[in-house]
Amino acid sequence: MNADLLGIHRPGDTFLHRQRAGTKLLALMLASVVVVVASGPMSAVVFVIAAAALLVWSGARLGVTLRAMRGLLVMAAVLGAWTAWQSGWPRSVEVVGDLVALVLLATTLTVTTPVDEVMDAVVHGLRPFRRLGVDPESVGLAFSLMLRAIPSTLSLAAEARDAAVARGLERSPRARLTPLVIRVVARARETGDALHARGVGD
Amino acid sequence: MSAISLEQVTVRFPTHDGDVPVLHETSLSLTEQRIALVGPNGSGKSTLARLLNGLVTPTTGRVLVDGLDVARSGREVRRRVGFVFTDPAAQLVMPTAREDVALSLRRTHRDKVDRLAAADAVLADFGLAGFGDRSVHGLSGGERQLLALAGVLATAPSVLVADEPTTLLDLGNSRRIGDLLLALPQQLVLVTHDLELAARCDRALLVRNGRIEHDGAAEDVVSSYRATA
Amino acid sequence: MQTRRAGTDIALIAAFAALIAVCALLPALSVGTPVPITLQTFAVLLSGAVLGMRRGFLAVLLYVVAGAAGLPVFSGGAAGLAVLTGPSAGYLVGFPLAAALCGFIVERLPRRSLVSVPAIFAAGLFSSAVCIHTLGMAGLVLRADLTWAQAFDVDKIFWIGDIIKNVAMALVATAVHRAFPDLLGRPTRADSTQEQPEGTLAT
Repeated sequence: MNADLLGIHRPGDTFLHRQRAGTKLLALMLASVVVVVASGPMSAVVFVIAAAALLVWSGARLGVTLRAMRGLLVMAAVLGAWTAWQSGWPRSVEVVGDLVALVLLATTLTVTTPVDEVMDAVVHGLRPFRRLGVDPESVGLAFSLMLRAIPSTLSLAAEARDAAVARGLERSPRARLTPLVIRVVARARETGDALHARGVGD
Repeated sequence: MSAISLEQVTVRFPTHDGDVPVLHETSLSLTEQRIALVGPNGSGKSTLARLLNGLVTPTTGRVLVDGLDVARSGREVRRRVGFVFTDPAAQLVMPTAREDVALSLRRTHRDKVDRLAAADAVLADFGLAGFGDRSVHGLSGGERQLLALAGVLATAPSVLVADEPTTLLDLGNSRRIGDLLLALPQQLVLVTHDLELAARCDRALLVRNGRIEHDGAAEDVVSSYRATA
Repeated sequence: MQTRRAGTDIALIAAFAALIAVCALLPALSVGTPVPITLQTFAVLLSGAVLGMRRGFLAVLLYVVAGAAGLPVFSGGAAGLAVLTGPSAGYLVGFPLAAALCGFIVERLPRRSLVSVPAIFAAGLFSSAVCIHTLGMAGLVLRADLTWAQAFDVDKIFWIGDIIKNVAMALVATAVHRAFPDLLGRPTRADSTQEQPEGTLAT
């Protein structure tokens, strides 16, 4: 897999790494309900400390993790200052604390679980919906196809940009975007033919 | 050896100017081991190749593979007829080489671990041992086409249809893939502009303007194409 | 005429999920707001306008689920369920619905005539307002403790960018439907007379 697409996952062998992705997803859902239901600044602080401890235990790389969470942390800071000004410190601590705790917990899941395991858990979790017309295997296949398509779409975008520049059209979004999207569609149809030829979807 | 036959097949594609026929009432029986389809761009040879595993369905007439009607029993036919495209980048659909071969093996190996191990064995057969974890995007053109072939042949089809499989390759890779194709135990239907490769087949068909213009021993057909091109 | 194939549908859904990811990751306009402005919403609405309601919805849903599962495809390379628990989560939840609504409308519009561009533009802007902005504001109200009026003030920042992106979306979607007239299944007979002989890439 493309190194850029590994994201913030960090391979390891902690207790958290060894749990199944589905278990961790369920635990995260339960935790978020608890965090939202429990009110008051004290509980929020406790949640943040607990979540931060979990994240540290998981062996997250500080730099990479902070960069991935940058937007959310900035947002939390702005939100905290604003809520403190509007509704006072206790309310601010509660709102920001709950938010940061959930962000840290969710990040812990991402750090300890490879993307494909999470997707396998999603595909597995979709099995009961087969009756409603959801085909879990198609979901898994679509996810793999998407992974395959991201680097080639980036190349297509670069080629479209170069072609636009070569024609002196570098400032025209239309000249850059139209050929890109048309080639994305053409490529997808060829891929569809190939899937069909290989008996996928029969 | 599979028996492929076309009975009075016409194919029309709808376009802005109405339906344009790309293949006129063609009847054929293909039983030789290695068959080449040659002809100019847009002559209908790709359409002819695509008919053989149901990528294109006849507007009228029918295509039979081992007695199975391609339009009706597409699924069974596609298990017998493998297809290799010109651009392997479009054909390789999974992120890594191992996963791509494993996609072909879904039907025969239900268990995932089992399937990935089988995929590694196929890669080794094609001289791609150690490529399992490589990103498909990062492979060279020759490696990609080899991997595309491995993915198709992994299911052991009895016929392989190849639509200009060497067109995008450099001289060395083109020779390598060409030799590999001609040496396959499978029946081969090869669309190609490489006339040297075509001449090494057992039979060749010259397709022009949607009709079979010449049909016979490969060397004869190739030299008549050279004379009239 | 080729019938629609399951394999082609899956390939198109995956290709557009990847396109949204690429658009979200490409260098973006920076306006110093909590929610960065990228071509992400351009690609979201384009998925609906090009693929139609069902496939457009599924393409955007795949993108959101893959991002939530940890693939760094959200704006700024963010990833993981953390993004779906943050204050801007409402916008992400609105994406698949906006693509579906936009696709639903565009399926009913002439797609290859002179009126296509303004019509598809209007469909995109309407879908974006109804789904992305409304749910985005709801997210701000629920998760960031804002009032609706305050959320509206924050949301306003995105409007100008939205209009520009929808113009681009309508132009590109029309060009794609000209190049692939059978993409949405039933090309309307009514607009075939006004059709321009341009960009027939279909092989």
